[in-house]
Amino acid sequence: MLGTLTLLLLCQLAGELAARLLHLPVPGPVLGMLLLFAGLLLRGGVPAAIQDTAGGLLRHLSLLFVPAGVGVMVHVTRLETEALPIVVALFGSTLFGIAVTAKLMAFLLSRSEPRLEEEPAAGNSAKGDRT
Amino acid sequence: MSADLHQIWVYLSANPLAGLTLTLVAYQIGVWVFEKLGRRPVLNPVLIAVILIAGTLGLSGIDYRTYFDGAQFVHFLLGPATVALAVPLYNQFQEVRRSALALVVALLVGSAASALSAVALVWICGGTKVTILSMAPKSVTSPIAMGVSEQIGGLPSLTAVFVIITGIVAASLGTWVLNLVRVKDWRARGFGMGVAAHGIGTARALQVNEVAGAFAGLGMGLNGLATALLLPTLYHLIWG
Repeated sequence: MLGTLTLLLLCQLAGELAARLLHLPVPGPVLGMLLLFAGLLLRGGVPAAIQDTAGGLLRHLSLLFVPAGVGVMVHVTRLETEALPIVVALFGSTLFGIAVTAKLMAFLLSRSEPRLEEEPAAGNSAKGDRT
Repeated sequence: MSADLHQIWVYLSANPLAGLTLTLVAYQIGVWVFEKLGRRPVLNPVLIAVILIAGTLGLSGIDYRTYFDGAQFVHFLLGPATVALAVPLYNQFQEVRRSALALVVALLVGSAASALSAVALVWICGGTKVTILSMAPKSVTSPIAMGVSEQIGGLPSLTAVFVIITGIVAASLGTWVLNLVRVKDWRARGFGMGVAAHGIGTARALQVNEVAGAFAGLGMGLNGLATALLLPTLYHLIWG
């Protein structure tokens, strides 16, 4: 667990450094995630310790939103004065986004499914022999 | 005696321990209520915890900054948790490769549909520019959304609030919308929840169906990435 936590922090730190040094428009933790993903691809598997710790951390992911959520206190005035645009946008765009994504995905899957074997994802076939 | 109590109160209310403990206790109560009352999507543990904490702080007169001094230890873990998203992403890599084309197209269209409709709706209803910019990245998991918000000139803490409400809206009404548009494929249903409503949508999809949960996790990760890469670039192209 300690080893994984260290690894996660190192990836995040490397991500933060890369984002600032190279002026990339991407948050550091996202670069850290890509770094860890690349590492797992190179290694060809997820070690049990990393699997457990990452699983534990992500199982309680919603707890981690709470402190930021309480920040609603600070924005009460804005939420009151702009209540209409905020409520309409949050409900409208969230439900619209779910519907559009799911409908399009279902349509594309139903079209591609019958000839699945003929369409391997481009550029990925070379890696298959490692595993 | 009461002077002693007052001293202890002053000490505790300015100490990180109080904010940290309050966060964990409130969340545990939220989970307990959610489980006891039949796991109804409306009774989201995050929503309950936020209401309990904001109420406690309001009644005791402790301001948010003092609370956050303690709660920041929980908040900080969002960074490592984002890095840890690489693990489920890797676990589902085989499945991703099989439906790669459908995933990428649905991701890009769905991500754009969520962000642009949010921005457009705030704008049409007369919201301010700060609200518009804070709203744009609200579909992705909050560490990413807050980072993007900061980069494009929004208020990260306001974005965090929008992110959480987005998740709660999706968890409460997502199933209804998916039935309304008659999508039956679990992969598509899950992916929609993950792309439009990040971790809270994913948690909801996992409750309903395992395949939906896996694709929701994938949608959350991919949209986090797509939004982090594309939104700041798009913003700089439009506003310079």
